[in-house]
This record gives sequence, structure tokens and C-alpha cells, in this order.
Amino acid sequence: MNVPDQVLERSAETAAKLQLVDCDIHPSLNHRQALHPYLEKRWRDHLDTYGSLAHCVYAGRGGPYPRFTPETARRDAWPPNGNPPGSDLEFMKVQHLDAHDIRFGILEPIVGANNARNTDLSAALCTATNDWQVDEFTSKDKRLKASIHIGAEDAELAVEEIERRAGDRNFAQIQLGSRSVEPIGRKRYWPIFEAAQRNDMPIGFHVGGPSPYAPSPSGWPDYYIEDHHVLTHSAHAQVASMILEGVFELFPKVRVVMIEAGFAWVPPLAWRLDNHWRKMRSETPLCKRPPSEYLKQNVWFTTQPAEEPEHREDLRLLFELIGFDRMMFATDYPHWDFDDPQRALVMPMSDAERRMLFHDNAMNFYANLD
Amino acid sequence: MGKHIVAALAEIPPGSQKLVHVRGRAIAVFNVNGELFGISDTCPHQGGSLATGATVGLTTSEEPGKFCHSRPGEFVRCPWHSWEFDLRTGQSWCDPRKFRTRPYDLSVEPGEALVAGPYVAETFGISVEDQYIVVEL
Repeated sequence: MNVPDQVLERSAETAAKLQLVDCDIHPSLNHRQALHPYLEKRWRDHLDTYGSLAHCVYAGRGGPYPRFTPETARRDAWPPNGNPPGSDLEFMKVQHLDAHDIRFGILEPIVGANNARNTDLSAALCTATNDWQVDEFTSKDKRLKASIHIGAEDAELAVEEIERRAGDRNFAQIQLGSRSVEPIGRKRYWPIFEAAQRNDMPIGFHVGGPSPYAPSPSGWPDYYIEDHHVLTHSAHAQVASMILEGVFELFPKVRVVMIEAGFAWVPPLAWRLDNHWRKMRSETPLCKRPPSEYLKQNVWFTTQPAEEPEHREDLRLLFELIGFDRMMFATDYPHWDFDDPQRALVMPMSDAERRMLFHDNAMNFYANLD
Repeated sequence: MGKHIVAALAEIPPGSQKLVHVRGRAIAVFNVNGELFGISDTCPHQGGSLATGATVGLTTSEEPGKFCHSRPGEFVRCPWHSWEFDLRTGQSWCDPRKFRTRPYDLSVEPGEALVAGPYVAETFGISVEDQYIVVEL
């Protein structure tokens, strides 16, 4: 990307005037037992005795791959107190919220709470995670909004947690991972969508999540770079599953956003599904309209990590095909693949498009941002 | 053009690095085994501060299973997306055609010589016994 100086200057100037909503900020625990105060004694004892479950078949770490950077974080995001990136609100304010003049930031905790196994333990950890977000972050800085962290595998317990939080203005969305044990559109998960619609809470699918299976359809990749790439396939599959299983027909007011899963795949997915649907729609009677119509009606996407095609007009073409009204800016702070609001997404945009992307779409999409 | 003292040599011992400002320019200064390098601090990709990046060597592979590590410490990895820049040239390793960060020539001068001028030291006093890193701008 050879960017003429005047484009960068103009975008910096416009961004300074823009209000910004960041749809993906990762808060982290400042020590291993940070959720203990929010757990019943039964679960504290359980964790102290048996430890916690990992999301994958390999023992010893939360994930099967070494990460690119310690804590998957920007190297400059470690707070001066030495605690993990994302755990220190004061440092997050200075380095991120104040520095980028962020009006609202959506917290996406990835703290190992929503495991697919032992769902009673998962539900307790999710409840603890939600209490912790309010205690440590949203009650202390009104710019931050929490996510109702739930485990998808026990829909009954998930709905209980949604109901517990739905009236609470600290929460902006329900949070799921993009990987579940079965395709997320199946009937066993419908109570979650029903509760989301009833409470007018959107659902954010953050890439990754608690599936115990290999991320690639052909097993475990050798390298982190490959793992980092195949992660996004789960988002393609989940979008197709929700559409074809009829989730958006049954719960038409449900709003979902695919977070950190890329977006260049969206137009061809829509073309392909429409093509299949024209021939085989009798197989999926709950998908009553062309799949692309549900995409335009019920599904949004966050921008980070933004695609960086050689020609920036190609990037703009993607946004035009998907729709500027479907895209919402995210930084992924403090993770290493952070997108800077003034430097990512280098492409020509009108002021109206810029406002949609960086502010208005998220203000309309999320709950309790006002 | 003028010579500017950016730091005392003792402040940036081998294996360390420091962000300095000279006439409004942010410069990342690195000491790699006693050799000094200066590059523009702002990553040309998305603007990360290169002075907070890790210094690394070059790992290349001719064929699967065989690896070669060379030039230890002579590249800085941006703290954000880990783009690597050659400290000798400022060029991006993955896309040298399009991306580079400006390299600055640094020299080491004894305090004795600096006291005589025509050098500019804005932020600290100079001791005649010490060595200083100087950039010409």
C-alpha cells in the first residue's frame, strides 16, 4: 500500500472529528484466581482441586499452538505494573480509550470461562466473568460495555444468564465463540436466539471459541499461521448454518455480528449459497428466501483484522459488496493484530460512509449505547 | 543541518534501545553488540512505535526441516503486527519494495569534543569524560 500523504492526512483529520465505537476490546484477568471472588465455594474448591478445562484435546495450555506473542498481545500493551495486557483499566484508558477518543468500547472477554464440557462449571464461570466485567471495568468507566458471556452448549443455563443480565445497562450484547460443538443453527441452540430476540440483545460471535474439535476440516494444522487463518472458516460455517436451519426466519429480529473473522469471504459465500438455494431450497424449508437476504437483514461484520489487498480500491469494492451499513470498526486491543483507527482501512470513503463504519452502525446495532 | 546529541552512550548499552526526539522527529536508537542504529520510530504499516519492538535475527529456510539463523539482533519487529525492519537500511523484510522506515546515521563522539560545539544538546548536560550518540539532521 503506497498511500499518498494527503489521504492519510485527510483521514487523520476526519477521524479526529469522528466519534468512535470499538467493537472488540479484550479485558483480561490480572491473576489466575481473579474470578474466585465471584464463584461459590463449591466451584472455587473444584478449580483449586481439579483445575480448569481447556478448549482443546491437548493438555497444558489453553490452546494447541504457541501464540505469536506473549498473551497474544501487542508488545507495548503490558501495563507498567507487569500484569497481563488488558487487565489494568487505568493503562487501558491512557493507551487506548483516551488516545483514540473512543466513545464506547465493547468488552469481549476470552478468559476460558465458556468451556464446552462440564457446563455447570462453565455456567458458573460465565456468571463470574459477567460480574467481574461490571466490577472491574464497566462500573469504573462508562465508555466500556460488557458482553453477556455464555456457554452455548447448555442452552438452558445460557438463557438463565441472558435473563439475569438483559435489563442491566452495563451489557451491550450476548457473546458466543464462533466455534461450537455442533453447527450453531441447530434446534438445540434455538433457545439462545429466542432469548436474544425477546430481550432485544444482539449476539456477537467472536472468532474462536470452545469447540474441542480441530479448527480445520482436515485436522490440526502444523503452524500458528495456519491456525490463525482456518479460524475464520468457522464463521463461514456458522453463518451458513444459521441461515439454512432457519434461525433468521424463526427469529427475524435477531442481530448477529461476526467478530474478527475477516470479511472478504462474505460476498462469495452469499453468491454460492444463493446459487445452491435456487436448486435445493426444498431441502431447507425454513430458509424461505435467498440466503443473501438473511445476510443483509440479520448479519453484521467487524473490520479487524482488515484485509490489506495490494490495491486499496479492492478493499473498497468489498465494503460496497457487503454494504457499508453492515460493517463495524473494531481494534482488538490489546492483541497483536490490533487495527489502528486512523491507519487501518486505507481506502477512499465519504464522510457518511466513515460515520457508519466507525460509529453509527455500532450505535444502532448494540444495546444500551446511549 | 546540525549535529544533535540524542543520548549518552551509557544510556543505551548493547542489547538495548531507546526512543529519542530530535527536532520533532521520533527516532528509535538501537545498540546491537556495540553497533548503533537509528531509524524513524513510526512503523510505516500502521504506526506502531518501533522503539518498543523486539530485536530479532533472520530465520530463513532453504527446504522443509532446515533452518538458518543469521544477523542476530539486526532487525526490529514492530510491537503491533511484527513487521520486521532491517536496522541497516530501514527496509521492511516482507515488502522491501513498498515499505521502509528512514534510517539515520549515528556517530559516537567524546564529551570533550562536544563541549566545543557546534552541537546541540537540548535535554542534558555534557560531561567531558563520557561518550555521546550524535545524529546529524
